[in-house]
Amino acid sequence: MLATNQSAQTSSANKRSNPILNFLNSKKVVPYIFVSPFIISFIVLTLYPAIRGIMMSFQSVLPGQVEFIGLANYERVFNPTFYKALMNTSIYVVLTVVILTILPIIFAVILDSKLVKLKTLFRASLFMPTLASTIVAGMIFRLMFGETESGAANQIISLFGLDPVNWRYHAWSGMFLMVLLCVWRWLGVNILYFLAALQNVPNELYEAADIDGATIFQKFRYVTLPFLKPVTIFVVTISIINGFRMFEESFVFWEAGSPNNIGLTVVGYIYQQGIQQNDMGFGAAIGVILMIIIFIISFIQLILTGAFKRGDQ
Amino acid sequence: MNKRGTSNTLKWITNIGMAIVCLIALFPVIMLLISSFRPSTELMRTGISLNFDWSMLNLDNYTYIFTQSAEYWTWYTNSLVISAITVVLSLFFSSMVGYALAVYDFKGKHLFFTFVVFILMVPFEILMLPLFQMMISFQLVNSYLGVIVPMIVAPIAVFFFRQYALGLPVQLMDAARIDGATEYGIFFKIMLPLMAPSLGAMAILQGLGSWNNFLWPLIVLRSNDMFTLPIGLATLLTPYGNNYDVLIAGSVMTIVPIIILFIFFQRYFVAGLTTGGVKG
Repeated sequence: MLATNQSAQTSSANKRSNPILNFLNSKKVVPYIFVSPFIISFIVLTLYPAIRGIMMSFQSVLPGQVEFIGLANYERVFNPTFYKALMNTSIYVVLTVVILTILPIIFAVILDSKLVKLKTLFRASLFMPTLASTIVAGMIFRLMFGETESGAANQIISLFGLDPVNWRYHAWSGMFLMVLLCVWRWLGVNILYFLAALQNVPNELYEAADIDGATIFQKFRYVTLPFLKPVTIFVVTISIINGFRMFEESFVFWEAGSPNNIGLTVVGYIYQQGIQQNDMGFGAAIGVILMIIIFIISFIQLILTGAFKRGDQ
Repeated sequence: MNKRGTSNTLKWITNIGMAIVCLIALFPVIMLLISSFRPSTELMRTGISLNFDWSMLNLDNYTYIFTQSAEYWTWYTNSLVISAITVVLSLFFSSMVGYALAVYDFKGKHLFFTFVVFILMVPFEILMLPLFQMMISFQLVNSYLGVIVPMIVAPIAVFFFRQYALGLPVQLMDAARIDGATEYGIFFKIMLPLMAPSLGAMAILQGLGSWNNFLWPLIVLRSNDMFTLPIGLATLLTPYGNNYDVLIAGSVMTIVPIIILFIFFQRYFVAGLTTGGVKG
């Protein structure tokens, strides 16, 4: 290593004597030049806005007039509308995490088994919805779950003798629409994650389990599940963070405002207050609280899943 | 004999079950396609409905957006330009960073990598108000640059490229150095081509993300002629809107570039998802 290093340096020194070029091409400097786009963008686009966001949360930000107002924004944040947004978001997170973990595991195990023919076709059709944007997907759902009796959803439930529903105007059906849209779009992706993990389970383990006379359920519980643990943690983490970031699903169903805020999310509240009402200090305060919530949850999750224990991964 | 019988029934049940699940998953897409051939006035009245008057299906919505709706194609161009620039720049810069993190030993390397992982966990949404303020001070509001700049270095892409570059043959670097190649020459001429599969996977993911991106463009872009497709379509979704022809045929046309992107890079896609792991 040392020898090649030296020979590389001598050969380049022979070729060029320009000290600046040599400096820029030395193995000490090159890595920093390569990572400089990241350093610059981290400072300008993450660190600086993060600090500025925290400062803004203590300010009243009006065009051409910024004033330090202490904790006033935070005192205002804890109001019924914010609690409503936080409640909606939390319910949404719990539902999407549970559904988008359990269903993909079941489907991945089925698709991985020898029972199923046409695997590629099934996988492709389950993956297809991911390609549509939330806006396009939401528009389809909005037109399918229309208020009138002629909307596809109301026609289908009428087959079961149910009355037509005003889907976008009830709290429960509004939540149902948001969760359904998310599950529909992401199911296929999560199935792919679990399918990839299933490829890593050695076949011998199943054969050994067969010899021991294990049932299908026992094989799933003691052979398959342990191998799925890392990807499950990954999927849960990503679903939680994406759940708290949710905005588009709500926006596409109700634009600016839903009746009684049944579709208001925390990010939606940031958008409403910070951009629409132009109250950026207040919006920034909501952002800081959201950040703290996400950090606490990530931290708890890391402890629960044993990521701090040594030897795991 | 009996055992084979039960397992055959099980096969039939699972296969039919999966087929039904897939049909449910595809149902909305199929409905979108069929509805795009329905008269827009009927669509506006009934929404996406199961009872079609099949004789009324026609190409009017498509004829309309192709001949009458200049606005739609402005959005389309905006989306194409923004996505193309975002993908090219983010692949270029992120691959450089990921590569350096994988193949070089340097002070602060682990700290940098920790930061990359950390930013992955910070949702963009909490930075968007201060970023928007910065865009105002730099006068980048309502410009392509304002949408693109925050997306140039994608931490998820950096992470993914690092994972991929860890498997590159480092011996090639020493050989090239002996031949007098510069470090930059090694990266651009030898290593970057070797990273092609990861570039393909990231091209799809970043392209998809940028093409479908909504919240940030919604904040930065202010005028109708600057809107990207998702925002433009969302403006048509109001209760007062009567542009259902543009809305529905336009939605179908939105998926075309994604299909093309997929055909080009699909080989790398599953590998990309499982190694990198991205949503949205």
